[in-house]
Amino acid sequence: MAAIAAKSMLWFAPALLLLALAACSGSTETLILATTTSVHDSGLLDELLPDFESEENATVQVLAVGTGQALAIGERGDADLILVHAKTREEAFVAEGYGTVRFNLMYNSFVILGPPSDPAGIAGLGSASEAFARMASKLPNSDSSFVSRGDLSGTHSRELSIWEAAGIEPEGDWRRSTGQGMGSTLTVANELQGYTISDQGTYLSRRDQLELTVLSGDDPLLFNPYGVIPIDPDRHPDVNHHLANRLAEYLTSVDTQERISEFGVAEFGQPLFFADSEEWRAEHPSGSVAR
Amino acid sequence: MNDIWQGVQEAISLIFSADAEVMRIVALSLAVSISALVLSSAIGIPLGVWLAFRRFASRRLAIAFLYTGMGFPPVVVGLVVFLLLSRSGPLGWSGWLYTPKAMVLAQVIIAAPIIAGFTMVAVMAVNRNLRRQARSLGANNLQVTIAVLQEARVGMLVAVLAGFGRIVSEVGAVMIVGGNLKGSTQVLTTATVQFTRMGHFEQAIAMGMILLTLTFLTSLLWVLLQGGALQES
Repeated sequence: MAAIAAKSMLWFAPALLLLALAACSGSTETLILATTTSVHDSGLLDELLPDFESEENATVQVLAVGTGQALAIGERGDADLILVHAKTREEAFVAEGYGTVRFNLMYNSFVILGPPSDPAGIAGLGSASEAFARMASKLPNSDSSFVSRGDLSGTHSRELSIWEAAGIEPEGDWRRSTGQGMGSTLTVANELQGYTISDQGTYLSRRDQLELTVLSGDDPLLFNPYGVIPIDPDRHPDVNHHLANRLAEYLTSVDTQERISEFGVAEFGQPLFFADSEEWRAEHPSGSVAR
Repeated sequence: MNDIWQGVQEAISLIFSADAEVMRIVALSLAVSISALVLSSAIGIPLGVWLAFRRFASRRLAIAFLYTGMGFPPVVVGLVVFLLLSRSGPLGWSGWLYTPKAMVLAQVIIAAPIIAGFTMVAVMAVNRNLRRQARSLGANNLQVTIAVLQEARVGMLVAVLAGFGRIVSEVGAVMIVGGNLKGSTQVLTTATVQFTRMGHFEQAIAMGMILLTLTFLTSLLWVLLQGGALQES
């Protein structure tokens, strides 16, 4: 009896494996989207992608990484399209021939966060670079510190350009660098009662667990646009360029943009992202953002 | 393929340029790993020897707990240590979170059961006849114990090496409790993760190569330590 059971197990295992493989290949197409943790963790894609997948009979696999890695993955042709937030680097990415074109997708803003005691005294400052300058002068002589992502993500790139705008070379023990994602960096900043800069979406989704408060967030320097770029098939012939374009069209369509504008309103009382595609702006000329 | 080769070349030049940042990461990795290894050996070896020699009522239960500890997922250890040391946790006053001390603590919890378990097995594997022989030659308890440990030393060295392997390759727990803070808690494994995430593959490869080299050198040291004993059998 045991021998029979063992024998039937013998063919059962490869059969299962075959079944799993068949389920993977099937007749549906697969698309790989490399994006930032800030977009992935917000849950926006879980809201938008299922409709696209059933319309196109396709599966979209989402790689949630930092903007730096998403761009590297795109350069190597390991994804079919990327959705990131570092506009200057995205434009360079297209110019160097890795991507076909950059579509404006959406935007929100960065927020400067800190402990409620605010030892650097930056609360209510309108200018991000002034807030950074004040942190650079006050934090070295305090128990607090500035906690940086330090990972070349979109948020880190922005932090660096604000230091630059403030004319400060941020060096010293008061500026710490986690090299990790936004969620982990918020945890570190919260534990160390330090300051940090975050995209609004990730901050709102973590707000309940944090003692940190928004100290500054209204400055053009804190404008945070997201773009979507299909990978160039001339450079990487293996990418599914047709479907990547279809997804870019779907995401920038007026209907999807409408859903982006409404996403998060029920839960957070405000949207996590604002619509920003050409199609949307053509429909809503007054609602477009000034830059 | 070309990519990998180029990455390896750049990694080698990075290592040999004695880059200050790379050196700091290596130094901290060594300091944390060696401290954790010494502490977990100090706990694990006596515990393993004790479990091997002593017979008591709940010994099987104790061993079951030990085996559970050996297979404990490091990230769970990381999470528990984080919650303990967090500002709102019971040990928050210690100020250990995001310091090397927290990393050593997590690694000791991970490695001590492994060292204890392998030590116990190594000591128990020593031929029972040896004890009888020693006793019949008039040896007292202490002398018998020393004779058994002498015989089990190869296995015990492997126990410590297994602990070191687990400590040096650990990434999840030290990321959570250390925070990978540049210059203060960034070690080889967490730096490898970070550089991969950033798309800096040559730096990631360099970290990986140093890690491999360290493990190889440690293994070599161990083989030398075991030298005579390996010949005997």
